[in-house]
Amino acid sequence: MNILFAFLVIAALALVLGFALAVAAKKFAVEKDVTAEQILAILPGANCGACGFPGCSGYADALSKGTAENGLCSPGGAKTSKAVSEILGTGGAVETEKMVAFVHCRGNHEVTAQDYEYRGISDCNAAHLLFKGDSSCKFGCHHLGSCIEVCPVEAIYRDEKDNIMVDPEKCIGCKKCTLVCPTQVIKMIPYRGSHAVACNNHDKGAVVRKICSVGCIACKICERKFPESGCTVSDNLSSVDYAKETAQIADAAAACPTKCIVTAK
Amino acid sequence: MHRLPTFRKGGIHPGDKKELSQSQPVERLPFPDELIVPLSQHLGAPANPLKEKGDAVGMGEMIGEASSFISANIHSPVNGTITEIRQITLMNSVSCKAFVIKVDTENPAVEFTAHPWKDKSGEQLLGKVKELGIVGTGGATFPTHVKLSVPKGKSVESLVINGVECEPYLTSDHRLMLEQTEQVLEGIMIAAHITEPKNIIVGVENNKKDAIERLRSVISEKKLPIEVVALQVKYPQGDEKQLLKATINREIPSGKLPLDVGAVVLNVGTAFAVYEAVVYNKPIIDRIVTVSGEAMKEKKNVRTPIGTKIADLIAFSGGLNDNVGKMVAGGPMMGFAFYDDQIPVIKGTSGILALERKKEKKVKISTPCISCGKCVAVCPMGLQPTRLFRLIENRQYEQAMKLNLMDCKECGCCAYSCPSELPLVHGMKLGKKMGRK
Ligand code: SF4
Ligand code: SF4
Ligand code: SF4
Ligand code: SF4
Ligand code: SF4
Repeated sequence: MNILFAFLVIAALALVLGFALAVAAKKFAVEKDVTAEQILAILPGANCGACGFPGCSGYADALSKGTAENGLCSPGGAKTSKAVSEILGTGGAVETEKMVAFVHCRGNHEVTAQDYEYRGISDCNAAHLLFKGDSSCKFGCHHLGSCIEVCPVEAIYRDEKDNIMVDPEKCIGCKKCTLVCPTQVIKMIPYRGSHAVACNNHDKGAVVRKICSVGCIACKICERKFPESGCTVSDNLSSVDYAKETAQIADAAAACPTKCIVTAK
Repeated sequence: MHRLPTFRKGGIHPGDKKELSQSQPVERLPFPDELIVPLSQHLGAPANPLKEKGDAVGMGEMIGEASSFISANIHSPVNGTITEIRQITLMNSVSCKAFVIKVDTENPAVEFTAHPWKDKSGEQLLGKVKELGIVGTGGATFPTHVKLSVPKGKSVESLVINGVECEPYLTSDHRLMLEQTEQVLEGIMIAAHITEPKNIIVGVENNKKDAIERLRSVISEKKLPIEVVALQVKYPQGDEKQLLKATINREIPSGKLPLDVGAVVLNVGTAFAVYEAVVYNKPIIDRIVTVSGEAMKEKKNVRTPIGTKIADLIAFSGGLNDNVGKMVAGGPMMGFAFYDDQIPVIKGTSGILALERKKEKKVKISTPCISCGKCVAVCPMGLQPTRLFRLIENRQYEQAMKLNLMDCKECGCCAYSCPSELPLVHGMKLGKKMGRK
């Protein structure tokens, strides 16, 4: 008798709750955003944050709601933005230039003077706390590889000379490395660029000459003798204007007395 | 036996090494040929330069003007000429502009004359403190006029004077209390005139018994309303939070200031600077620097013009022994290791130490944390340094901030106690920098 009673109570409870659940499921149903799902499917899924949203799904949501601009996904590039505009029906790809990271410094301990010997935590920002790093050049790379650690696709590596290098084929342009770097020596350049000035030092030439054998000494040979190279010197440092770069830059690179104009590939 | 008061949580007892220099009377450094006077000698915004290359400057003349409320004026320590305005890096890795002043060696100094102050209002006196660029001389260099400005609606219960000098080796405050007792006490009375506290307490650690006696005898002779409290010797008692716990038994909650518990804290050196500013119209243009450490030939307490290159100070102390392992500006716990002896002495430079190579810890790759919990036990702020360090190593800065990383005083108790020799304080500094980003 008792047992039967217990059965009945449980059965009745199950019925009521089951019904309540069914109602709740209908009533509070979350509307699935089809557009957002479609967009998410075509985003690269790198979750790198380059778009400025929390991961690819955040960006997909914002795109479907129209609160974000198309073309912010650098890993996806033009192909993705075209596909997105097809889904959104806005037509036409947003033209974005593929950008890749480049470390503008080849000043390893062999070629650049050192102020002291750093023995602290192996992290560029930690080293930067102590007199802006152990290198006598306060603009350059600390060679501790914090960028290597944050890169989501392992595009950054240390070469046999202890220089930090980016593989432009692997880089998806997420800019994470540029955000972690304490000296901002790692900067974005267009993928199509053939050369770059691998120096970030804005001190006068005479100062640079004393501390680094591969730094830009602002002699302006590149700018004056190779006007088509795209090289311009400002604030004691040469840089390449990629809108103007031509094949002449290879000649400028050969003529540069400190050989700090290097190939970007 | 009666136990002396101290703070409760954490703390350590490093060998204090004060015997090296504590009985050396203060000597005055002759003016060097050249001074380098930075525009950032204080916490807060750097001062704006008022002079240009080639300008002549007079001792005590204002050459840099405070650029905001939390900033401080800069004055010329000598008569001379500005030969250059140079970008320099200070011991704490702050980069700023600095005046390079060629000293007029024929006629380097001027006389400062005394003025009575008792008839002046607190506001007028505060104005003097601000005008003359007074900042905390204990090391943190917080602008003193900000500290002494009591906002409307708040009142000061206790004015607590910090004579603790808990860092090993340093004896500059000790010598000051002994040799210029009257002036320090008058400076304290000026600060009291400005802040109108109900009581005034000087906290001094009991390893400076002579200073305690001297202070007490002058106080009773002059009938001043000041109490001197002898404190147990324990590091980091000189920190505001620890000092208030030890002297008036008040705890400052996380993220709050002494004023929130009705207290204003001033260093004895700062009280002396206030005295000189108000009575003599003299800005901080010199200070006592302890020059010590086993690798320093002669140990001294030196009244040094601001802007003196450390090399000049070392030369005055007979140079370095050849067993020097590390140079430190400030105390060994919270000071800064540096490599360049052309860096100048600034308002917050309490000591220049040359530490022996063998005393410096052996260079080795730190072994991982063995979870001994020593760092947690000694942290006066009740933090978990080992946990914070692990989070910071893994770039989880936000998580570390949630565990009150910002409360860390960088006192170094944790790193001092860690058997694995983990660079815990360096980690905390890194975490704070990245967490703020
Ligand atoms: S590029 Fe920047 S982050 Fe990368 S190793 Fe050099 S200093 Fe460090
Ligand atoms: S190299 Fe820099 S920009 Fe390129 S994928 Fe790695 S972190 Fe992103
Ligand atoms: S030639 Fe080389 S060193 Fe001279 S300005 Fe150009 S990049 Fe710099
Ligand atoms: S340095 Fe910071 S974490 Fe370490 S003991 Fe001091 S307050 Fe605590
Ligand atoms: S003192 Fe060092 S070894 Fe011990 S728990 Fe803390 S970090 Fe780990």
